[in-house]
Amino acid sequence: MSSIIHLDQLEKVYRSAEEPVYAVRGVTLDIQKGEFVAIMGTSGSGKSTLMNILGCLDRPTGGSYQLDGVEVSSLSRNQLSDLRNRKIGFIFQNFNLLSRTTALENVELPMLYRRSAMSRREQRDKAMKMLDLVGIGKRAYHTPNQLSGGQQQRVAIARALINDPVLLLADESTGNLDTRTSIEILGIFQRLNDAGITIVMVTHENDVAQYARRIIVMRDGRIRSDTPVTQRLNAEEELKNLPAVDAA
Amino acid sequence: MRFFTTLFTAFRALRRNKMRSLLTALGIIIGVAAVIAMVGIGNGAKKQVEDQVASMGDNVIMVFSGSSSRGGMHGGSGSAGTLTIDDANAIAREVPTVEAVTPEVEGSTRISYGNQNWSTRLNGVSADYFKVRSWTFSQGTPFEERDVSAVAKVALIGRTVSTQLFGTDEEALGKTVRIKHVPFTIIGVLGPKGASFFGRDQDDTIVVPYTSAMKRLLGIKTIPRITLSVERGKPLAPVQQQITELLLQRHNIANERDADFSVRTQEEMARMATATSSIMTTLLGFVASISLIVGGIGIMNIMLVSVTERTREIGIRLAIGARGSDILLQFLIEAITLSLLGGMIGVALAFGVAELVREFTEMPVLITAGPVMYSFGFSAAVGILFGFYPARKAASVDPIEALRYE
Repeated sequence: MSSIIHLDQLEKVYRSAEEPVYAVRGVTLDIQKGEFVAIMGTSGSGKSTLMNILGCLDRPTGGSYQLDGVEVSSLSRNQLSDLRNRKIGFIFQNFNLLSRTTALENVELPMLYRRSAMSRREQRDKAMKMLDLVGIGKRAYHTPNQLSGGQQQRVAIARALINDPVLLLADESTGNLDTRTSIEILGIFQRLNDAGITIVMVTHENDVAQYARRIIVMRDGRIRSDTPVTQRLNAEEELKNLPAVDAA
Repeated sequence: MRFFTTLFTAFRALRRNKMRSLLTALGIIIGVAAVIAMVGIGNGAKKQVEDQVASMGDNVIMVFSGSSSRGGMHGGSGSAGTLTIDDANAIAREVPTVEAVTPEVEGSTRISYGNQNWSTRLNGVSADYFKVRSWTFSQGTPFEERDVSAVAKVALIGRTVSTQLFGTDEEALGKTVRIKHVPFTIIGVLGPKGASFFGRDQDDTIVVPYTSAMKRLLGIKTIPRITLSVERGKPLAPVQQQITELLLQRHNIANERDADFSVRTQEEMARMATATSSIMTTLLGFVASISLIVGGIGIMNIMLVSVTERTREIGIRLAIGARGSDILLQFLIEAITLSLLGGMIGVALAFGVAELVREFTEMPVLITAGPVMYSFGFSAAVGILFGFYPARKAASVDPIEALRYE
């Protein structure tokens, strides 16, 4: 088993204020390939900062972060961009799709910033395949405002997967969705995870975290607990158990 | 590949806000159109002057009496009265390739016919004058050399004079007019020439033999000007030099700087005449260029608004792996596209304006490649210059902040 994420005494201090703010203070953590981890914590616990660092959007001020064997803490802005493009797929709470741009084009976007030769045709075919994978191929030419929240999140998942990342980062990705749709999205995560994709999911809902395999709870910038999920929920079964929505 | 993708993205962003894009480019559109139209009108005026010079004959040399500058005093050419009939004859006799020579004396005069009278310019010239100045004749014939030696009381009048006093050219022929109470017989009417490049109506004139003008009418012994033509195809510069040397010798002047006359070719005269309009053209072009800069500031303003509006989009692009340079390029291309598009519309507008000016005014408009390329290049430069700051601002956005931006 190889380590996708290796954190060693990771620190993040914001020194812009009069008093330095210690957002993350000494986190040591290993996440192996194929894991499905939920990071939990109240607001101010440091989980968002940790998420930003894991996503290479931010750099730690101390300690070391290795992503897929690459030391991130010393990379330049451009190198971080390339790393995000190649190794990470983001899924946000508010979907963050480009408005007035079709689902297909949204999915293609990361490929446009990829520094490798790929024909327009290949890109289109791959984006289409991704949309089919998340079950929304029929809506490829719809723009975000023509799609429901759940559908938008599926497009976002397809976009996150398009460059074959080593890590899928989901930030409160079910926070804006109703229960049924949330479970559907979590079902997609479980399927992807079963297929071998590493997922790290930030959430403050305990119910949601139960779909992961491992739960890390943060408090005051430190890891408070790190436990495997004992009674893991299965999205498919949960969907069956849901009271039938009045379709009429 | 990536460049074209970025180009495509920029185009699409502009197309999405058609109205705003058009209004933003308006400054550039007007600026470019103004530069081209202004310079076009200026060049048209210059071309008109040059055409007139060409029509007067590019083989003409004028000798003016009086030094143009002596001891800091400007008397004006012709004021000193240093040229004589003998000088004119000497030039005709001794300078090779000179085709025709005429002394020219001038004065304002009032001529009367019956109970009508008209103020006009009196020209006293030799028979060669009509050849030098390539006059045509609407009626009658020019006077000849023997009329000059006979101090004959014959005259030719221009179209303006014949219209004022007689109505038609035919009517004027053979009539007798009085110039300062001296009766002169009209033996011909000159063909129309229009305005000179100094704006004078060349047809408002009465032409008599210089002998008659000097002795009977003006009472002068020196002549202010000698005009001559050089044989077709022969260079003017050596002739100009020879005349200068001849007259220096005749006037006993050692240093050319002390000359009491000046020798000018028609081309030099034209250059003097066009100098003013050249300055005007440059000035107009400069003022119009300022409006291009103002247009550029308009683009910068809107691009800054656009960057703020699209902070979230920038954040998304950065999160999925766009580099700062990708974002910079995207916004820079948008700005450049705006200004180039404005430039293109501006060029088209300028041609339209030129057509309208030609249609509704007498002003000639001459659009050349120079100002078109200048203003187009200028608008591109403005786009880069004023697009860079907003683009850099976009590129330096912090992705975390941008993703949180509402």
